[in-house]
Amino acid sequence: MQSSGGISLLALMAAAGMLPGFASAEEWNKAAFEAKSVDDVIRLLGGSAPQQSDRVILNGPEIAENGAVVPLEISSSLPGVESIAILIEKNPNTLAASFAIPPGTLPEIQTRVKMNETCNVYALVKSDGRFFYAAKEIKVTLGGCGG
Amino acid sequence: MANAVKVRTKLDGDVALIRLLISHPMETGLRKDPEGQLVPAHFIELLTITYKDRTVLSAQWGPAVSRNPYLAFRFKGAQKGEKLKISWVDNAGDSRTDEAVIE
Repeated sequence: MQSSGGISLLALMAAAGMLPGFASAEEWNKAAFEAKSVDDVIRLLGGSAPQQSDRVILNGPEIAENGAVVPLEISSSLPGVESIAILIEKNPNTLAASFAIPPGTLPEIQTRVKMNETCNVYALVKSDGRFFYAAKEIKVTLGGCGG
Repeated sequence: MANAVKVRTKLDGDVALIRLLISHPMETGLRKDPEGQLVPAHFIELLTITYKDRTVLSAQWGPAVSRNPYLAFRFKGAQKGEKLKISWVDNAGDSRTDEAVIE
């Protein structure tokens, strides 16, 4: 009884968006994906006061001619990386993707995202329970969200 | 929907490099079709990659991930000939699981 009660409470909290954290396999973090600012996304991912860190590496083009396909490469030399998220400051929704990094998986992700206009892109890394980030401005010639 | 996923694997010692190309429209809901009608949002929300019942990567995506998503990552403890399972669920409730063999 005790344990099943605990599980349902946890599920309830997760459904209500009360559990902090990044990607869980079960629940899509709707609130975080609908957030419109970098600060709101970080808060909804369970973070606060992230520090800029040169141990988070965000590589991408200086200029993206096609905003529909912007290649990004994120890696970190921080210990105990639990998750990596990609935030795009001026997209209609700020959060593009978040990845849970289990033990045994290297803290590096390559993917491609859409960018609506020139703005800062943030790589947010949770390491040993704390949040760190790298930022990079990417110039966009042709926006990739509407069209 | 018969969307396929293309998987390339490369083993270096016991570290596997996995590169995925998933076939999916990843519609933002902001794009208009030639008749001027908004195309409804349609995108992968959850992606899980498992290796021998161990989750090696899980992701949550919004519509800002590009059409036909590309993803590359590496994990340790991989062996040649073992299976990798790639599963996704999108916002329309469609889901798909594909398997690949580590080469």
